Amino acid sequence: MNTTKDRQAGAAGVAGAVPGGARREPLIFELSVPGHVGYRLEPLDVPDVPIEELVPKEFQRRSEPRLPEVTEPQVVRHFTRISVLNHHIDRDVFPLGSCTMKYNPKVNEAVAGLGGFANLHPLTPEQGAQGALALMADLARHLAVITGMDRVTLQPAAGAQGEFTGLLIARAYFHERGENERNRVIFPDSAHGTNPASAAMCGFEPVEIKSNARGVVDVEALSQALDGRAAVFMVTNPNTLGLFEEDILAIAARVHEAGALLYLDGANLNALAGVTRPGDMGFDICHLNLHKTFSTPHGGGGPGSGPVGVKARLEPYLPRPTIEERGGRYILDWNRPRSVGKVHSFYGNFGMHVRALAYILALGPDGLREATENAVLNANYLKSLLVGDFDLPYDGPSLHEFVLSGDRQKEHGVRTADMAKRLLDHGFYAPTVYFPLIVHEALMIEPTESETKESLDRFAAALIDIAREARENPAVLHEAPHSTPVRRLDEARAARELKLRWQP
Amino acid sequence: MSRYTQKGDAERRAMLAAIGLSSIDELFRSIPAKLLHRQLLDLPPAHSEDRLVRELGALATANADSERMASFLGAGIYDHYVPAAVRALVSRSEFATAYTPYQPEVSQGTLAVIFEFQTLICELTGMDVANASMYDGGSALAEAVMLAAGAKRRARVLFLGGVHPFHAEVTRTYATAAGLEFETLPAPGGTTPAALLAERLGDDVAAVVVQHPNVFGCLEDVGRLAEATHRAGALLIASVDPISLGVLAPPGEYGADIAVGEGQSLGTFANYGGPVLGFFAAKTEHLRRLPGRLAAETADKDGRRGYVLTLQTREQHIRRERATSNICTNTGLVALMATISLSLLGKKGIREVAEQCLKKAHFAARVLERAGASRLHQEPFFREFAVRVPGSVEAAVERGLALGLLAGVPLRRLDPGFEDGLLVAVTERRTRAEIERLGKLMAEMKAGAPALAEAGR
Repeated sequence: MNTTKDRQAGAAGVAGAVPGGARREPLIFELSVPGHVGYRLEPLDVPDVPIEELVPKEFQRRSEPRLPEVTEPQVVRHFTRISVLNHHIDRDVFPLGSCTMKYNPKVNEAVAGLGGFANLHPLTPEQGAQGALALMADLARHLAVITGMDRVTLQPAAGAQGEFTGLLIARAYFHERGENERNRVIFPDSAHGTNPASAAMCGFEPVEIKSNARGVVDVEALSQALDGRAAVFMVTNPNTLGLFEEDILAIAARVHEAGALLYLDGANLNALAGVTRPGDMGFDICHLNLHKTFSTPHGGGGPGSGPVGVKARLEPYLPRPTIEERGGRYILDWNRPRSVGKVHSFYGNFGMHVRALAYILALGPDGLREATENAVLNANYLKSLLVGDFDLPYDGPSLHEFVLSGDRQKEHGVRTADMAKRLLDHGFYAPTVYFPLIVHEALMIEPTESETKESLDRFAAALIDIAREARENPAVLHEAPHSTPVRRLDEARAARELKLRWQP
Repeated sequence: MSRYTQKGDAERRAMLAAIGLSSIDELFRSIPAKLLHRQLLDLPPAHSEDRLVRELGALATANADSERMASFLGAGIYDHYVPAAVRALVSRSEFATAYTPYQPEVSQGTLAVIFEFQTLICELTGMDVANASMYDGGSALAEAVMLAAGAKRRARVLFLGGVHPFHAEVTRTYATAAGLEFETLPAPGGTTPAALLAERLGDDVAAVVVQHPNVFGCLEDVGRLAEATHRAGALLIASVDPISLGVLAPPGEYGADIAVGEGQSLGTFANYGGPVLGFFAAKTEHLRRLPGRLAAETADKDGRRGYVLTLQTREQHIRRERATSNICTNTGLVALMATISLSLLGKKGIREVAEQCLKKAHFAARVLERAGASRLHQEPFFREFAVRVPGSVEAAVERGLALGLLAGVPLRRLDPGFEDGLLVAVTERRTRAEIERLGKLMAEMKAGAPALAEAGR
């Protein structure tokens, strides 16, 4: 072992496996020992022609990449040790509002890893990919049934790309109708940040309207915004406060009377699946997040999957290729002259499609409905435990999530960020904080259906204890977290120094 | 019933009582009654786990995957070996079931991985900065073009003819609203000469996009292309294959301003095209225009080293409509697979894998030529090349399926405008015996070309 390197790493390393413990896990580069290798290839079984005869010198690499030299056990220990620094769903409650951190079934991973799926090349001749194409066609059909839309594309690789795709479809629709003056996307002030970002990427002008006092769409404000320039009204339902847009039928009518399209940000479909359908509410386009409602893992930041459903008149604009059934066989149809084009190199995140289909089949229609019921039951139960200790600025009937305010605690000099950090000491993840923007000191809590009464009781007890600490001992919250692998990190320093890579 | 979250009646009743409700239906009272379903959705009934595995297993078995077939398929997705340690580590719940690291104090595992990934991509590409990943090679290229257009405030983008048509199409889709003008330059002989590029360059060109090795497998004259591009004040975007960088000069050495690519070959399964891995690296001067997430080193209040997401003001959740991109979820877990895979390979392994690909591909080219196929281009190549097939490409592909060979990608599947040929990729996994079987197939095609072509009609 290179002991000098080890000592240096020990002094400056990231926190080790034991919270607050002595062992610091170095970066993989700092574990490198010249001569260590973690692989072995079969010996070359073709003539060993010198490289110079195959690739002209000018094309060859001059510098050697400084990749680590480590053995397989070193690699396994390193990634195991840093892995346990993460909070994750299999450990305990992960109440991130709008992110839907539900249990990711193990069987989903098993089927997605089957050789016939994992090792299937996207340019395999179609006759050799019938299983995959059938699976995608099945999933798209089931998603159409669940959402009440006519046709679903699985191509977008994440929710944000789904939004982008859905809005491109709207854009193509209006262009084809010669309504180029429709260049505005309207959304409420409770919208996800991706909504205006996606609208801007599609060349639309984002227009924000205020929510009403109850936290839902102000139909009058919307009506005023629905002029000849309105292309799309984009709304999350239930919205980011966890409230169903009670006026959705009136909203749909106004939007359609104005000649615009109604778009659902389907991030919160897990509050509706099996109970009601966006298509029946009048939505023309919706995207879904398979990594939310349909239990595919978040993976610490993806991969996700963001299918888009549309009503029949928008079908010609879907990304190409589409999957079609012709004479009992599935084909990839590239001949889609009105398509918005491709958004993914191939057909989307197929591995996520496998997992989502496994989830739908495991639950069945009654199970999907029950999952939704339990998600809503859990959110309402948890809310009932917490409303005595926290402000609830919008107290309408919650569906799958609710948003508390830390205003009461702020009077003691405690911010929502402090309470979030303190929750980490209790072994929980924190809720989504400071979002939606219309709630001061927001704590957006989504327990999902995966939690039991017992885990919700424990989580509520922790948050109530934190509210007590805010009154009695705010300093302990300002200093939180205390027992995590690292303490509060200096984000300003990170942005100032911008050390974005390891340097020897 | 909901297998994963079933609550007993007693628990449900107790929870409803605590809320002050008497039925589950009351939870949904805010939804207009006419919108509520009275019947269950028309979906297949709940499957036991056993039945689920059997049914999906049957679909998996219906596919011609590279476990059962000797695969010569490439065009962006390659059949490299994925070590068991990669699969074991990536399956850990701590990585797989975590969220985007919004609370860094309990996300140091994910953040350290991103930091290591950024470093590895910088080392491989020779660039200054890399982000936490993109969806795939196509969207990474699209975002690179958008960055370049914004940075240069110019609207013309030149694609060399060897850029993957699917990546080019994704880029055009992304740029729908940006008013960019795209031009694809010809690739006579498989590559685009720098002189030809120079003729088309002008002070209105934001970026030149080169893929190297290109979609035909050929090496482009990147050094001279970079010079010509920079003389016109445009940015050079290089789309590269990470395995090739074990042998080939990295984009940083030939002066690329942005390097992107499809990273699937770094320890990820083909997954029928997704999830795969987009990577994005650039010179420091473009840092504040980068799309997506970035991890940075910092320290906690006790001085301990740690990692956080940084420069988040570029991102949609802060900047909203003025964000550099709408991307949030990317492909974190796939980036982890690449990080583990590159750690196992190390500096020796990436070179050895690349050399084996190179040597086996050249051996395969000679075998196929001797069998009667002719190479479409004469340029140097790395692990992929295109051949004219005796008889028809379709017949060869079909015959290959029967023989347990995925013979290659018909070029016209990538772009109907391409010359009729078969794109053959050879990774370190292909044995001499498999390569010789592909040679036999070609010989058989040549011998029976008229008959097979006849049968094809």
